[in-house]
Amino acid sequence: MIWNETKECMSRDEMRVLQGARLVKLVDRVYHNVEYYRKKMQAIGLEPGDIRGLEDLTRLPFTTKDDLRDTYPFGMFAVPNSQIVRIHASSGTTGKATVVGYTRRDIDMWSECVARCISMANLGREDIIQVAYGYGLFTGGLGGHYGAEKMGATVVPMSTGNTKKLITMMIDFGVTGILCTPSYLMHIAETIEEMGVRDKIRLKASLNGAEPWTEKMRDKIEEKLGIHAHDIYGLSEIMGPGVATDCQFHRGLHVHEDYFLPEIVDRETFRPVEDGVTGELVISTLTKEGIPLIRYRTKDLTSIDHTPCECGRTTARIARFTGRSDDMLIIRGVNVFPSQIEAALLEMGGTTPHYLLIVDRVNNLDTLEVQVEVEERFFSDEIRELENLTRKIEHVLQQAIGLAVKVKLVEPKALERSMGKSVHVIDRRRMD
Amino acid sequence: MFVKQLSVFMENREGRLEQATEVLKNKGVNIMSLSMADTTEYGMLRMVVSEPETAKAALREKGFSAMLTDVLAVRLEDRVGELHKLTHILCSRGLNIEYMYALAAGERRAMIVKASDGNAAAGAILEGGLALYGSGDIYG
Repeated sequence: MIWNETKECMSRDEMRVLQGARLVKLVDRVYHNVEYYRKKMQAIGLEPGDIRGLEDLTRLPFTTKDDLRDTYPFGMFAVPNSQIVRIHASSGTTGKATVVGYTRRDIDMWSECVARCISMANLGREDIIQVAYGYGLFTGGLGGHYGAEKMGATVVPMSTGNTKKLITMMIDFGVTGILCTPSYLMHIAETIEEMGVRDKIRLKASLNGAEPWTEKMRDKIEEKLGIHAHDIYGLSEIMGPGVATDCQFHRGLHVHEDYFLPEIVDRETFRPVEDGVTGELVISTLTKEGIPLIRYRTKDLTSIDHTPCECGRTTARIARFTGRSDDMLIIRGVNVFPSQIEAALLEMGGTTPHYLLIVDRVNNLDTLEVQVEVEERFFSDEIRELENLTRKIEHVLQQAIGLAVKVKLVEPKALERSMGKSVHVIDRRRMD
Repeated sequence: MFVKQLSVFMENREGRLEQATEVLKNKGVNIMSLSMADTTEYGMLRMVVSEPETAKAALREKGFSAMLTDVLAVRLEDRVGELHKLTHILCSRGLNIEYMYALAAGERRAMIVKASDGNAAAGAILEGGLALYGSGDIYG
């Protein structure tokens, strides 16, 4: 089912006209309401009037996560706080969160986007949907919740944590749809198998996002649960989950282009690339009021396809993500930068720490182990002292990144030193 | 009063102990007593050796985390009740034993002890009628 045929199936020409008009307005809005953008544009001699349509898009400067950090917390907001009805935040590189604000219309727009996504998974108002993303500052829970409610589905706000209870309710309520991370759904699927209740499940479809996954993992989930699994993409800076999703044909993720203007740029030259060529996804939020962003560099690597889809939608499709252009890790849906770990360790000891992050997936749940070299300043001949030290480091790191961490002490020089930049991360997660 | 114990932090991985003993052998260092405390991930090798400083430097040079710790070498006779004498002395003064292990080299028989308060423990042991080996007695 197509939730909004007018918008999702409009001709490419109409879409370009709509996007162009919205872009002109966007530029005018940020120039007049966000000092940061005004200064940025003035610095390169650009005035709002210079942007007359999509053809002028590349004249605009990029926006990055650093810009959001520099203006923490509300510097990029384009409306007074009286119009902001909600705040979400995601972890940043230096412990400072990236803060985003939504007006009431932003929330409506977001809900509309998520409703479109859920419809792509062929779920509708007669369905019962469990939202098993974390509720809170993370956009997953509330974003999914509002979208499913807007669509008119019966929403069960599970959040994360109690998998057996989730499964019991899934059976008792006759749940037909679920929103959660792909790794959590795998975990749920395996728990269902262990409980031997596969034949009592009425699940039809899922929307999974907030972390990278592969076609193979999709196949596995679909096979284990007998459902259709869809990839839902989003990032809090732009909105949250619901920026794009794949329809039943799974030929890439349809971007809600009337709201989000996607570009793919070369990783080095930052010039736009042709359809089908992999580069960094850049998004301009065409209608957002709270925190409108121009040419935001997502750091996610993908390619784009503007040809119409068999499903009838004409919106551009982005390919499954192949990686990131920075060193950010997504662990259990939480953004983690190795530099955060480094900063926290530095704060503890005062000298450059040698550490190694090992990310793994055990029983389909991400784990993070941090190996820290035992240096002179740490050393003790008593096991108890070393265990205390381990717990102290675990605590400090957990505070820094908001994720449970297992610390393992290793011998000095045990961690590989390489010329120049040392290897700080080993990601053992197999996505298939 | 105290003797120097060589403590080496060691990851639980294959061949690591063999590498440490090789370093000591090559330097002509004699191991007179040894105990290994282990957790699932790492171990703590504690040794009384003939030349602690040389051993420490050699191990560090080869990338080991090694340090010297002051411990007590309590002289014990080979007969019933000797160890109890020691534990009773420490216990009655409210002193904790962090760890201990036996040393038997040549004619020397001792219990190597790390107590919560080394000085207080040494005093109590001497007062209680037991003898301590000094570094000269042990390494020589």
